[in-house]
Amino acid sequence: MDRLKLSFFRSSRSKLSGDFIFEAVVGLFALGILILAFLLFRELFIESGLSRKTFGLSFLFTSTWDPVNEIFGALPFIFGTLVSSFLALLIAVPFSLGIAIYLSELAPEKLRTPLSFIIELLAAIPSVIIGLWGIFILAPFIRDYLAPPLSTYLGFLPLFQGPMYGLSMLTGGVILAIMVIPITSSVSREVIMTVPTHQREAALALGATGWETTRIAVLPYSRSGIFGAVILGFGRAIGETMAVTMVIGNSPRISESLFSPSYTMASVIANEFVEATSKLYVSSLIEIGFLLLVISVIINVAARILVWKLLKVEGGKVA
Amino acid sequence: MQNKITIKNLNAWFGAKQVLHDIDIGIEKNGITAIIGPSGCGKSTFIRCLNRMHEVVPYAKASGKVLVDDRDIYDSDIDPVEIRRRIGMVFQKPNPFPTMSIRDNVVAGLKLGGLKDKKILDTMTEESLKKAALWDEVKNDLNKSGVSLSGGQQQRLCIARALAVEPEVILFDEPCSALDPISTSKIEDLMLELKEKYTIVIVTHNMQQAARVSDHTAFFLYGKLIEFGETDQIFKKPKEKSTEDYIIGRFG
Ligand SMILES: Nc1ncnc2c1ncn2[C@@H]1O[C@H](COP(=O)(O)OP(=O)(O)OP(=O)(O)O)[C@@H](O)[C@H]1O
Ligand SMILES: [Mg+2]
Repeated sequence: MDRLKLSFFRSSRSKLSGDFIFEAVVGLFALGILILAFLLFRELFIESGLSRKTFGLSFLFTSTWDPVNEIFGALPFIFGTLVSSFLALLIAVPFSLGIAIYLSELAPEKLRTPLSFIIELLAAIPSVIIGLWGIFILAPFIRDYLAPPLSTYLGFLPLFQGPMYGLSMLTGGVILAIMVIPITSSVSREVIMTVPTHQREAALALGATGWETTRIAVLPYSRSGIFGAVILGFGRAIGETMAVTMVIGNSPRISESLFSPSYTMASVIANEFVEATSKLYVSSLIEIGFLLLVISVIINVAARILVWKLLKVEGGKVA
Repeated sequence: MQNKITIKNLNAWFGAKQVLHDIDIGIEKNGITAIIGPSGCGKSTFIRCLNRMHEVVPYAKASGKVLVDDRDIYDSDIDPVEIRRRIGMVFQKPNPFPTMSIRDNVVAGLKLGGLKDKKILDTMTEESLKKAALWDEVKNDLNKSGVSLSGGQQQRLCIARALAVEPEVILFDEPCSALDPISTSKIEDLMLELKEKYTIVIVTHNMQQAARVSDHTAFFLYGKLIEFGETDQIFKKPKEKSTEDYIIGRFG
């Protein structure tokens, strides 16, 4: 009874104090975003109808991209997106982990905050700027200094065969890695910092050195959160458009060699949407967009859930 | 009786705040020494100085001598990692490694030491768990996670983990404060058995526990050692007024 009265009293008071209006407005905004996302999803689905009807599932598995004869298959773009993102992760994960461990375990106390801040700032560089840097500095560097030793020493692998022109899958992967590192390393660092002192001390008291403590106590404790951070980085790599478009070469073919140019889902939409003249062409590009949206939503949701769970549950255990 | 550890003129700080003042104590070999005193008086800090765990806290420092078998563990050529292997520690809150199985928890320290032979590891697992009076309860679940156990079992797992590296001294920091009376008495019995082979220091808030298990008792107040002597004497005929006040509960 008392509680009922109280809640009634509170709700009537909150109306008076303006809380109610505030809540309603904020709630509407939140709802608005949800509706917007839903509409976007719906729009992409409807607009890609023609393409889906024409090509069916084979859209996903064929690799002809021929706007003149209106034959469209998305496989080269799916391939380009997935491979460049995987490549980016392959490069970014060790770096990010190293950075996260350094910042949370090894760096002098005074350097930690400024260094993490600088790394997080990297995420704020407009991607077109990174793309420019990629074209003028990174691509020539990879062509002249990274590709030759790779083909000399690892040339027996198909991955490192063929001519290297600079704009390539490899360059795209490296650019993406650079863009993934800030987010993956800062989330990993946060996750690592939630590891409770008693876990570190358990290892130290057994006679573990600093690195051994990281290996047996810190990393295992935070592994699911770190995994989440990696997936978050993957999501970022998959959706990234501008920088990768500028350096990946934009050629819709599937090649085993990382030295060949490639094309991503995001890039093909950005590049060709304006010039897409026929309905089917537009519809096919929209279907690629729809696929991209689905993939990135799934990946981001999965990653957020992982990180969230960890920060909540294991972070909660600290107290 | 011979002393395993001799502490001379020990001082400890957190930043500018001094929390231990000129402590001199001898810890008897194969005995149980209890450390008592009100909260915040420096008991944990004191025992953490005995295996150089104090210095893992940023801004913490210590001065003075801690002689283990006549060798000062604060000598510049001594590796703290080595000291922590010889002087094990069991914490107030059970802290098994949650991602490791029971078996891996027990042998974590041995693996750090480079031991790989599975047979030896298995023997040591069994031996240590038996010493920690946990074997019968977990022998069929050695692959389960260490945190699947109850609090009291987890604490005995941590004891087994500390025993597995075969230390000479074991430091217990309020090992029973999170446990029920049954688990507590199990751990007390265990300590009485362990002192045959090990030297034990235990911090406790529980007067009965100190009286039951320890041979010597040290009473700390505001970072100073007020009184140290045989447990019987401390509890029956304390020399200092403040010791008596604390024991009969006249302190906060
Ligand atoms: N990490 C730390 N940083 C700064 N000061 C600390 C830290 N740990 C302990 N202290 C301070 O050092 C003093 C001694 O603490 P200590 O933990 O040794 O007390 P204690 O006797 O073990 O208390 P309790 O019985 O509550 O465990 C206290 O005043 C405490 O506030
Ligand atoms: Mg304490």
